[in-house]
Amino acid sequence: MLIVTLKTLILDADRCTSCLQCEMACSLEHEGLFAPAFSRIKVFEFEHGKRSVPYTCTQCEEAWCMQVCPTKAITINHALGTKVVDESLCVGCKVCTMACPYGTINYNTVSGKVTKCDLCDGEPKCAEACPTDAITYGVAS
Amino acid sequence: MSWNKRVLRVNLTERTCKVEPLNMEWANDYLGGRGLGTKYLMECMDPAADALSPENALIFATGPLTGTMCSTSGRYAVVTKGPLTNAIAASNSGGKFGAELKFAGYDLLIVEGKASSPVYLMIQDDEVSINDADEYWGTTVWHTEETIKEKHSDPQIKVASIGVAGEQGVRYACIVNDLHRAAGRSGVGAVMGSKNLKAVAARGTRGVAVENPKAFMEVVKHTHQLLEDSAGRKDLTKYGTNAMIDTMHSFGGLPTRNFQDVTFPGSENINPEAMTTPNENGHTNLITNKACFGCTIGCGRIAHIDKNHFSIKDRQQYWHASGGLEYETAFAFGPVIGVDDIDALTFAGYLMNEHGMDPISFGVTLAAAMELFELGVITTAETDGVPLNFGNAEALTIMAEKTGKHEGFGKMLGMGSKRLCEHYGRPELSMSVKGQEFAGYDSRALQGMGLGYATSNRGACHLRHDVFSEDMADQSGNGKAWPCKTSQDKTAMIDSTGLCLFTTAAWDTNEFQQQVSVACGGHWTSERLIETGERIWNLERLFNLRSGLSKADDTLPPRLLEVPAPAGVAKGRVAELSTMLPEYYALRGWSQEGVPQQSTLDRLGLGEKQRDVESA
Repeated sequence: MLIVTLKTLILDADRCTSCLQCEMACSLEHEGLFAPAFSRIKVFEFEHGKRSVPYTCTQCEEAWCMQVCPTKAITINHALGTKVVDESLCVGCKVCTMACPYGTINYNTVSGKVTKCDLCDGEPKCAEACPTDAITYGVAS
Repeated sequence: MSWNKRVLRVNLTERTCKVEPLNMEWANDYLGGRGLGTKYLMECMDPAADALSPENALIFATGPLTGTMCSTSGRYAVVTKGPLTNAIAASNSGGKFGAELKFAGYDLLIVEGKASSPVYLMIQDDEVSINDADEYWGTTVWHTEETIKEKHSDPQIKVASIGVAGEQGVRYACIVNDLHRAAGRSGVGAVMGSKNLKAVAARGTRGVAVENPKAFMEVVKHTHQLLEDSAGRKDLTKYGTNAMIDTMHSFGGLPTRNFQDVTFPGSENINPEAMTTPNENGHTNLITNKACFGCTIGCGRIAHIDKNHFSIKDRQQYWHASGGLEYETAFAFGPVIGVDDIDALTFAGYLMNEHGMDPISFGVTLAAAMELFELGVITTAETDGVPLNFGNAEALTIMAEKTGKHEGFGKMLGMGSKRLCEHYGRPELSMSVKGQEFAGYDSRALQGMGLGYATSNRGACHLRHDVFSEDMADQSGNGKAWPCKTSQDKTAMIDSTGLCLFTTAAWDTNEFQQQVSVACGGHWTSERLIETGERIWNLERLFNLRSGLSKADDTLPPRLLEVPAPAGVAKGRVAELSTMLPEYYALRGWSQEGVPQQSTLDRLGLGEKQRDVESA
């Protein structure tokens, strides 16, 4: 039996202070500027900041986004386990955004394409930017 | 470069919203935030105008580093003429609102005039609208913020709003954003209320670009690491600012019972250890720490109140977590009124955020009222039947709510300590400068702090200078003028970048220079940044002189100038202002009447302003 030990983003809400360094790092990497509105990782706050929860694509095995895409714009990067959007093939139909049970693939109103976490080709900038280790990149135990 | 180069100018009288280009000449001279906001304010109003009249302008100013990956990049300033002080008010806030305003595409929002009925401003990138706010008027900050988000079906909207205190002109009403961060001081919330402006809501998707992203990220990595490694930063993260309460108590600089004493044994019941120790019901005050936008420090506290406590046991709406004690709230609801009930303090903090009031000014005003009560100048006949004795925790929570709702004796407390004490014929009991109440440091134990209080352009304030290490090392006033002056200039610069003063736990001017350079482009040296701070300081001074303030306002109450400290390391000392102030004026290049010399203003490029002052 083949045991795959791919690295993944490990999110620890107990450590998150909601500083949004992750959202800025993500948008700089993918959009070239600081624009949390376009970040592929989002922090949600509950009860006046009692709890802050970072949230992004889990690169789930079922990958409903990939399965429903009519133009086959979403493919697997086997080395990283990521599901990656090819913007040249995406027509912006948004079917994937409806299929994803986690709401972590989103339509970008500027580009007219969908965007999702691609783990920055194996060097996720959100984890690098997180000052409290609420976001780390490693093999989940 | 990291300015958006756009200013949003809203005239509420004419109901117009216009976008204009940022004056880059001014941006290069004043950076942003506090400095650039003051420059714009000077250009669009007469400093002699009544602070609560439509002639006053209300400016929300981000800095060039606001909304970038620099640590603590969430800061914005509210610049206006303060109704508490009749001086320049530049009130600084964190949270997420400032960055959102920047992401919407604006460096500054200038609000002029007065709406004919309550309104709120909605800013969604280029779509800006002035909307009817009748449904929010008379309601709390928390209600307003939550219902505006619901109405526009977008939880990511950021809101800065006022409570009833701001609507009704409480002189120290603040503007609260993100539920528990505030542009807290000098009554900027009352100015907003005087314009019938209930809230500003922002949602931005335009983002912020920097001059050279690669170089920028290299600098940011370095400056983040400096903060990460700093012992001062670690203490702020772990204990919050309230670690100061033990330091000030043992030093003898903790203002207690309206500055009649300088130590408070009850501080052990409200210090960081008390916040993390379970009480007899097993309830622990502190839940977690919380960061403002972009902040890698996270000094903010999230706490909750014991449900068995008298303040909330029958009020389930307060059984949730919210902003917890920081040093200044602990001081202002604790030692200065003689209270050491941690749940009462925490609840009073909730009420300040919910109703939109400055805790420092409220607490020190209540302290003055308590002294008036104990002297018999006022009785329960004036105070709605509530005995205002020092140490009465119920009086704290009842009066906080009455002031926030502008009811009963709360209306009197809402005037601030200066007007309250004058009203009852005992002006010397107001612990304030230029009408603004002191923070939690006694000027007799910390002489440089005293000079800073007396000369602060917005009235008494602990955040306009940093002479702390000099004050801790030497209890005399000798040699305090120079570090006071230079740190005032540096602080004015930092307040104009869009970053937080607490980063000075690890950063000196050099680190700000590096970050401003890679974000803004252009030739920025440390010398130029410090000169920018000095320019800002002098412009603020000119505003105050034109408003009618003078050397006579650069003073301290007689209790600090004449009554020796009763205890602590500075026992027997009074504030040595009379020797420090002349030295300070000389170092500033001001006359002994406190007016900037022409040569000083020419050196700073403010020459024309001086002629304005002389002709006024």
